Amino acid sequence: MNAESNLIPVLNIDEEEVNRQMQICNACRYCEGFCAVFPAMTQRLEFGKADIHYLANLCHNCGACLHACQYAAPHEFEVNIPKSMAKVRLKTYTDYAWPQKLGGLYQRNGLTLALSSALGLGLFLVLTLLIQGSLFSKIEGGDFYQIFPHNTLVTMFGSVFIFSILALVLGVVRFWRQVAPREKLQQEHAPVLMQVGEAALTLKYLDGGHGQGCNNEDDAYTLARRRFHHLTFYGFMLCLSATSVATLYHYFMGWEAPYPIFSLPVMLGIIGGLGLLVGPAGLLYLNYKRHPEHGDQAQRPMDRAFIVLLFMISLTGLLLLGFRESTLMPLMLALHLGFVMAFFLTMPYSKFGHGFYRCAALFKFYLETLKDNKSKR
Amino acid sequence: MIDVLIIGGGNAALCAALMACEAGASVLLLEASPREWRGGNSQHTRNLRCMHDAPQDVLVDAYPEEEYWQDLLKVTGGKTNEELARLVIRESSSCRDWMRQHGVHFQPPLSGALHVARTNAFFMGGGKALVNAYYRSAEQLGVQIRYDVPVEDLEIRDGRFVAALVPEREVNGTRLAAERIEAKSCVLASGGFESNRDWLREAWGMNERGEYPSDNFLIRGTRFNKGTLLKRMLSLGADSIGDPTQAHMVAIDARAPLYDGGICTRIDCVSLGVVVNNEGKRFYDEGEDFWPKRYAIWGRLVAQQPGQIGYSIIDSKAVGNFMPPVFPGNKADSFEQLADQLGLPRETFVRTIQEYNKACRPGSFNHTELDDCVTEGIIPAKTHWARPIDTPPFYGYALRPGVTFTYLGLKTDKTAAVHFADQPSKNLFVAGEMMAGNVLGMGYTAGVGMSIGTAFGRIAGRNAALSSLGRSPA
Repeated sequence: MNAESNLIPVLNIDEEEVNRQMQICNACRYCEGFCAVFPAMTQRLEFGKADIHYLANLCHNCGACLHACQYAAPHEFEVNIPKSMAKVRLKTYTDYAWPQKLGGLYQRNGLTLALSSALGLGLFLVLTLLIQGSLFSKIEGGDFYQIFPHNTLVTMFGSVFIFSILALVLGVVRFWRQVAPREKLQQEHAPVLMQVGEAALTLKYLDGGHGQGCNNEDDAYTLARRRFHHLTFYGFMLCLSATSVATLYHYFMGWEAPYPIFSLPVMLGIIGGLGLLVGPAGLLYLNYKRHPEHGDQAQRPMDRAFIVLLFMISLTGLLLLGFRESTLMPLMLALHLGFVMAFFLTMPYSKFGHGFYRCAALFKFYLETLKDNKSKR
Repeated sequence: MIDVLIIGGGNAALCAALMACEAGASVLLLEASPREWRGGNSQHTRNLRCMHDAPQDVLVDAYPEEEYWQDLLKVTGGKTNEELARLVIRESSSCRDWMRQHGVHFQPPLSGALHVARTNAFFMGGGKALVNAYYRSAEQLGVQIRYDVPVEDLEIRDGRFVAALVPEREVNGTRLAAERIEAKSCVLASGGFESNRDWLREAWGMNERGEYPSDNFLIRGTRFNKGTLLKRMLSLGADSIGDPTQAHMVAIDARAPLYDGGICTRIDCVSLGVVVNNEGKRFYDEGEDFWPKRYAIWGRLVAQQPGQIGYSIIDSKAVGNFMPPVFPGNKADSFEQLADQLGLPRETFVRTIQEYNKACRPGSFNHTELDDCVTEGIIPAKTHWARPIDTPPFYGYALRPGVTFTYLGLKTDKTAAVHFADQPSKNLFVAGEMMAGNVLGMGYTAGVGMSIGTAFGRIAGRNAALSSLGRSPA
C-alpha cells in the first residue's frame, strides 16, 4: 500500500483479521486492564487502516490477552490478538521503511541480518589482513588505532550510523503521519512525552497490568522478559554511552584510546557489555520457550537474529578488551567491528526499529488519553 | 483412597478444591471437558458482586448487606432462601483476599460498566484469567487434576457418597476404560443443564403455538453443562429445588454461536430504541429501568414471542451510546427497507414505529438517569428514554434468548450438604450452578452467580475436607 495515499485504504488480509477480532474484543473488553491496546480500542467503534497500524504497534506481544481469552481457539471466533497484531506490525515496518524498497528486508530478516553480519565480518577481516598482513600480531598497549586509524573508523561508522538513524526516523515519521495526521507537537505535549518515556523505559506494558509480568510459555505471569529486556536495553545504552564518552575524551580532552580498565569508557563498556550478554541470552532462551501461539512464528528468525547479533557484539567487544594485549587483538577487533557494522547497517531494517515505532504509538495513546480526559471534564 | 473428590472444573469446583487442600485433605478434581475448554461457564464471567461497608480497593462507596439482600429479594421476587442468601452476601465481603492469594487480580469496572463500580469487583482479564489462576494455584498445592473425565453416575449408600463412575470413552482417538473412583467425601460442582437440548425441550415443552421454544435458545456458556449428574442425583432421590424453566436468560444477538457466545453477543441498545417481535409489534416497556437492571428479563420476554425472536430497532442517535455489538446490525435508510432486511411484515412494522414516534412526549433525554422521555397513548408504554426513531440510517438487531445457566438444582443448607429426604448427607456436598437455585429462584443480578459459586464452593470444600477427616461440617 501507499502510506501517503489520501483515499480510504482497503484493508489487506492481516489488517482485516485485526479488524474482525477488534469487533469481538470491543464487545467484550475483559482485557482492558492488561495494557494500552484495549483502552485505545474502546475509544473507537470502527477500525480503519491507520487505527489498525497504530494498535498493532501499541501491542507489546505480552500474551496476557491470549491466555485470558474466552474466544481463543478452539473457540470458533479464534481470537488471537498477539498473533494478528504481530503480523500487521511486521507489515508496518516493511511499508513505512525508508527508502521503501529496503523495507522488503524485513520479510526475510533472519537472512538479512546473517548476510550483513557476514558482510561486516568479511570486510573487516580482509581489511585487517590487508593492513596488518596477518590476523594475529601483538600491538603494544592494545592500541587498535594502529590497525584502523581513528578517523577511518569515524568515517566508516559515522556515515553508516547517520544514514541508518535518518532512515529510521524517516520511517517512523511516515508511520506517524499515517496514524496521527494533523497532529503537531505542542508545548502541552511535554508531560505526554514524559509518560511515553516512563512507559518505554520501565516497559510498563510488560507488567501485565498487575505488576506480576507478562506471559511466556503458558498462562503463568513472569517478569523474566521485562528484566532481560531491561538488561539488554540498558546494557546497550551503557555501551553506547561508553563510545560517546570516549568520543568526548578524544575530541575535547585530547585523551586517546586505549583507555585503562578503570576509566569511565571502559567501565561503562564492561558493565553495559555484561548486560548485553545476559539480556540477549535470557531473551533468546525465553524466545525458544515461548508459547507457539504468541505472536507470529514467521517472525522468530527476525527476533532471534537480532538478539544473537546484539549478543555477538557484546561478546566480541568484551573479548577484544580481554585480549587487547595479546596477539589475538587484531582478530577480535575485526570480529567486533564486523558485528557492529552489521548492526549499524541493518538498524532501520531490523527488530531494532520496534522501539521507535512503539514509542510513536505510545505517544499517540497518551495524546488520545489526554484528549479523552479533557472531553470528560 | 483420595480424601476429597471434586466433580467439576469451574469456579465453584476450584474454590472447593483449594479449600479442601488448604484444610489438609488430598484432592482429586475431575473436569469433564478437555483442558482447552476447562472452567465451565466461569470462563465467561467477569465480576463478583461484593458486599462492603466502606470503599474497598477497586470498589467505591459502600454496598451494605441489607441493600444487597434487598436487591436479591427484588430480582428473585422473593423466590430465595434468606439464610443462604445472607451467607453468600457476607462471604462476598471477605473472600477476595483469599482469591488474591490464589492469583486472582481485581480491577475497577470496565469502560461501559461504570454503573456497577460500587457493587461489583471485576477480574482482570475476566473469568478465564481467574480460572487459569485457580488451576495454577491448585497444581502448586498438589491438587490432582484430570481433564476429559465426565462422571456419569455416583454410588450412594444410605445417603453417603461411595464412588464416582466414569464410562468408557474415547479421548483424542484413544479408548479409555471405564473407571470407578472412590473417595472419602465428594463435592458436586458440575453445573446446570443448559446445554442439554433434550432436557430444555422437556422442561419448556410445547407452547400454545405448537412450537418448542427451547429449540430456539442459544447457550451463552459451555457446551459441557449437560446436567448428567444433576439428573442422576434427582433420580437417586436427592432433594431438589427450583423450576426447570427458570434460568439466567438474556436477549443476545441471534447470530451468536450455539454455545460459548459469552459476553460479546449481548445487545445493549434495547433501552435506546424499541423491540418488536416477528409480527412487527412491540411487546414490552423497553425503558422500564436501567439496562443493567433489566437485561436479565429480556431473554425470557423474547422466549415468549412467536418464533422466539425479537428485533431491537434504533436510529443513528443511539450509535455510540451503548456497548458496540459484536456483529454489525442491519442498516437501512427507511423503515420499509429495514423491515425487508429483517424479514418483518412491512406495514405492521412501519405502523408500530410511526405510532411509537407519535406517542413520544418531548423531554430531556438522559441515558444516565431515569429521564422524563415517555410515551403517551400506546401499549405497551415506554416509560423512559423514549425518543422518536427518526434519524436515518436505522439499525436492527435480531435477538434470541441466550441461556447463561439453569436454576433447577439440589437442595442444600448452610453446610452445602446434599440432602436426601430432608436429611443432609455426611460426605456429599454441592456448589455452584448445581445449587444456585437455592438462592436464585428466578431473575438475576450481575455478578451474583460468582458470589454464590465462590461462597458455596469454599464452604463445600472445607466441609468435604472435614468430613474426610472424620469431623462434622461447620
